[in-house]
Amino acid sequence: MYEKDGEKYFIVDSHSHFWDASRENWKPGAEQYAKGWIDCFYGYHQLGPPETHWDYEHYLKVTPDDFERDMFIEGHVDYAIFQSTYLKEWYTNGFNTAEQNAQLLDRFGDRLIVNGRFDPRDGDAGLKELEADAEKYGLKGVKLYTAEWNHGSRGYKLSDPEAYRFLARAQELGIKNIHVHKGPTIWPLDKDAFDVADIDHAATDFPELNFVVEHVGLPRIEDFCFMAVQEPNVYAGLSVVIGGLMHARPKFFAKVMGELLFWVGEDRMTFGGDYNIWVPKWQVEGFVDWQMPDDDAFTDYPRLTTASKKKILGLNAAKLYDIPVPPECQLQTSAGEQDQPGEQLLTEAAAAGTP
Amino acid sequence: MTALAAAVWAALDTVHDPELDQPITDLEFVSSCTVSGDGVAAVRLRLPTFFCAPNFAWLMVADAHDAVSAVPGVVRAEIALDDHFAAPTINEGVAARAGFVAAFPGEAQSELDELRAVFLRKAALAGQDRIARPLVDAGSTPEDLAATRLDDLAPSPDLDRLRQRRAAVGLPHGPDAPLLLHPDGAPVAAEQVPLHLRRARLTRVGIEANTHTCRDLLAARYPEEVVSS
Repeated sequence: MYEKDGEKYFIVDSHSHFWDASRENWKPGAEQYAKGWIDCFYGYHQLGPPETHWDYEHYLKVTPDDFERDMFIEGHVDYAIFQSTYLKEWYTNGFNTAEQNAQLLDRFGDRLIVNGRFDPRDGDAGLKELEADAEKYGLKGVKLYTAEWNHGSRGYKLSDPEAYRFLARAQELGIKNIHVHKGPTIWPLDKDAFDVADIDHAATDFPELNFVVEHVGLPRIEDFCFMAVQEPNVYAGLSVVIGGLMHARPKFFAKVMGELLFWVGEDRMTFGGDYNIWVPKWQVEGFVDWQMPDDDAFTDYPRLTTASKKKILGLNAAKLYDIPVPPECQLQTSAGEQDQPGEQLLTEAAAAGTP
Repeated sequence: MTALAAAVWAALDTVHDPELDQPITDLEFVSSCTVSGDGVAAVRLRLPTFFCAPNFAWLMVADAHDAVSAVPGVVRAEIALDDHFAAPTINEGVAARAGFVAAFPGEAQSELDELRAVFLRKAALAGQDRIARPLVDAGSTPEDLAATRLDDLAPSPDLDRLRQRRAAVGLPHGPDAPLLLHPDGAPVAAEQVPLHLRRARLTRVGIEANTHTCRDLLAARYPEEVVSS
């Protein structure tokens, strides 16, 4: 909970990690990749305010106590949603596995949600694993990497028949939030891996599911927005947007926020602080203080109100994940409701776009 | 700087990051550029992260190789990308003129022409915002803008750039070509203008925000290094 000027903000950080990039975990023979990966993250870390920068060694691995302090004590976070990243080819015990996350679940289970995963290319065995995970963790969400390699396959599309089988089963199992990584990736090498057309199809065919596109498709925000405007169940995951731009490039942060508010809307945007690329404290406090600039270049962007900030920082995600919100923090949001057809959204966008 | 070194640098100015639509020189991706007395040009390139997309990295190294090799007086171009996970493969592949698919056997199935075209089309859309936005601010209506042809516009670097991007992907770019074009080359009707302009601006914001992040990551990675040319 964060309180400022008499307003109370319920904070759900819907994209966080707990990784082990310590040197002991760099896989022999793959050290340069293990180092290269965390160095890449450390570069992003430096886009935050200088006073929040960590020493490199500390950045490699934090303790559960660090996590508790940074997220819940100093970071204002009420609920955190964990996403997993394995990378076992570079890190002996994995970079950020569900097992690592589960350690924290024992200690902070009342404030943590661990999301699962699936890969439609794993076939029946994968489906069984998803069923087992859903039962064990009570999954309400999964995180998918459509560009991931799997036994020689160069990624998949969410619109593939096999993916539809998994989405249908996920829906039966009570999993309703499908986070999809559409952000920087390495493979496949010869294409742009940010294509969001598959989400467009899946979102239309599974109207009961919510599709949260992490990193809002950055650096292809235009493709994401133009798809999202037509799909009432597509959400903008703000991970990296606040951390990477709000301090480093405030003017472009304002433009990106303005575009998202226009194309996607404040009821379909969710905060993600990306711990421990950055800590949430400065992101939450900075975002609550933030305002769209007054100069001419920003006049036709929607404004952010206190209510919009409350929704983006927590209430939208709380609704998607059925997280209980204290009565004094509650507000109406249409997150999770899909009462507007895509055509209507597009028509409204066209009407609002008058220069 | 010798005249030949200056000519090599000018050649590098024509090489763009295809994703950011900016010259690699402006982006400070060229960390050194030297020309020996016997005409061997040695260029070192660097990128914002160790894992920057290898397809774009390939295009920049290959384009630099072609541009520098074409400078009169250069007998050989040695282009080396540093500090990147795929650097050895890219450097050797480009030097051998192997082509992308041959350089990455099993990992790539097509050359990168279509990828490049996708980004040129984005640049051509973003470029419409650069030109149309000031016209909107000055009072142009959707009807005015839908009727505007390239020939009606005052000459500007932005207009040259728009023409070049369109020409590169075969979109209309002559004097009679409309200012506003859908990504597939169809003209934009007056009633479509408001949403089209929103889309063009969105595309520009996306490219520019990405460019700033890349610049910031590069500065974080190479805090005190100065380009020598």
